Amino acid sequence: MATRQIARFGRRDPDARGYYGEFGGRYVPETLATPIEELAAAYFEVRQDAHFQRELDDLLKHYAGRPTPMYEARRLTEAAGGARLFLKREDLTHTGAHKINNALGQALLAVRMGKRRIIAETGAGQHGVASATACALFGLACDVYMGAEDMERQALNVFRMELLGATVRRVDAGSRTLKDAINEAMRDWVATVRDTHYLLGSVLGPHPYPLMVREFQSVIGLEARSQILEQAGRLPDAVVACVGGGSNAIGIFDAFLTDRDVRLIGVEAGGEAIVSGRHAARFAGGSPGVLQGTRTYVLQDAAGNIEGTHSISAGLDYAAVGPEHAWLKETGRADYTWVSDADALEAFQRLAKLEGILPALESAHAIAYAGRLARELGDGQIILVNLSGRGDKDVQSVAKAIKGA
Amino acid sequence: MSLLERTFASLRDEHRAGLVTYLTAGDPSLAASGDILNALDRAGADVLEVGVPFSDPLADGPVIQRASERALASGTTLAGVLDLVARERRTIKAPIVAFSYANPILRMGLATFTRQAAAAGVDGVLVLDLPIDEAGLMQGELSRAGIDMVFLLSPTSTTDRIRKAAALGRGFLYAISRLGVTGARDSVARDAKDLVSRIRAETRLPVALGFGVSRPEHVSEIAQWADAAVVGSGLVDVIARHGRSADLVARVEEYVRWMKGR
Repeated sequence: MATRQIARFGRRDPDARGYYGEFGGRYVPETLATPIEELAAAYFEVRQDAHFQRELDDLLKHYAGRPTPMYEARRLTEAAGGARLFLKREDLTHTGAHKINNALGQALLAVRMGKRRIIAETGAGQHGVASATACALFGLACDVYMGAEDMERQALNVFRMELLGATVRRVDAGSRTLKDAINEAMRDWVATVRDTHYLLGSVLGPHPYPLMVREFQSVIGLEARSQILEQAGRLPDAVVACVGGGSNAIGIFDAFLTDRDVRLIGVEAGGEAIVSGRHAARFAGGSPGVLQGTRTYVLQDAAGNIEGTHSISAGLDYAAVGPEHAWLKETGRADYTWVSDADALEAFQRLAKLEGILPALESAHAIAYAGRLARELGDGQIILVNLSGRGDKDVQSVAKAIKGA
Repeated sequence: MSLLERTFASLRDEHRAGLVTYLTAGDPSLAASGDILNALDRAGADVLEVGVPFSDPLADGPVIQRASERALASGTTLAGVLDLVARERRTIKAPIVAFSYANPILRMGLATFTRQAAAAGVDGVLVLDLPIDEAGLMQGELSRAGIDMVFLLSPTSTTDRIRKAAALGRGFLYAISRLGVTGARDSVARDAKDLVSRIRAETRLPVALGFGVSRPEHVSEIAQWADAAVVGSGLVDVIARHGRSADLVARVEEYVRWMKGR
């Protein structure tokens, strides 16, 4: 089994100012500039600190349940009719999604930095649950910002966070989803930055977050690469993952970036239609802009205001995408596509009935596209799908959507 | 000398501190903003900050968030704000500083924005989420067009950052009195005086202090050690309460006189 030791330093890092090509950077209010420099310094220190890395490896193994399995979905493959489909089972981690990898890493770093309180944003609630979990484990105070609409559609996760001792702070501003939760978390942080760490949940925000979160999530790809070599005897032809901010996708892509024959495909939320306000496919309807600390692809109007988004999955319902994804898109190393609400919903049910696995609605977007791609590629090809989280949290939304349809 | 530089120089000559006022353009409408800017000028505001509404004002507290929402709902865009300045510039004596988030400017394009801002008579530009490290390109472009780029400094800013802001900034430096977002507070933070003296140690650029300034006694306290006090949310709140009433302009003038202790 591969360990996180293999490739830890200096690969494909952004430049000193946090840029991947022309994307990234640090677009923050002055109050945050120095604290973020301090965070970057602390992060670069622990990145090379064997003791920190051992501590994190230990937590990932004994607490979070890593390595997660790689599972060949034979019935799903058969139904799709073409390439073999392998699932990286991030849904089987403690708390049920890949988010725990990053939450444990950043919480450990926050403790190192002497911070006593954690704030986090959450869309689907999985990052909020992971943050609340890490805070319970380390004895840190935890406030999670969540859009009012997301609190409704992810009510189960709200209660989970509260059980874990976190305070869930409802955000009624704007579209009442993930973007607004991040705004509110930033506002909290600007006031409390001296004793509070902002545990950002995706490869978004100002440098060093996109790098730091990628590195904490890269364990997914490291495991998956060696598992697929072991189980299939070779590298996959394509790796498919859903992309909201893009942390699960970057986490699995990272290990394959230099394998030029492996196609990397990110799947965005196509929502109801690729029409302004009804989707969250940034690469289909967006353009470069600056939102929440980073320069990347955003959905915006002609005056530079951020457009409303829609997705059946709260975790993909966001107007910007991680800057490294923008760079991977621009350089052609990765391709990005989208899947509609209806197709994601269908894939959710298909995976449940054929394999006995309820995927998160986010991950269902990747499953839906992988099925299509399997037919296209045909026999003898291999597709690796990141099953980033489990779908228990979505059962109510799915029931409502099916009955409403 | 730019108009901002001349304004602060004459404040120093007269041994008095200035009052900088902020409003969100387009709240409740661009026409009303034009009337309010003229009223502020008549009532003796020394510098006028004109806020460009943005959908995601993450450095602002609830009062200015709501103002941005109202301004966007009234159809206000950056282009509209520049038109407003162009229309009102002739009748207004005070320098005008455009106060924006980065994205509307980048969306318009830096070159287009600079050209149109200069043509409109904008004296200074302050971008809330464009710290010194990211601002080099914009500062250069604005400077060539004769527009001062104004930078924020915070109690968390290091001496090194204060020096960089002093080297790159023109007109004045905007010191943030406390950690946190914009919004009225009951008192002037203790951090504020310390920050101003740390800035004074590095530069002769004038320093205006803002965030949380909501009462005349704040202004007179700040006047003892800074070149100007900035009032934002307090004024925006007056506009929110009287935005649709016939005596809006009179209320605004009265507010400024009250803040100036006259």
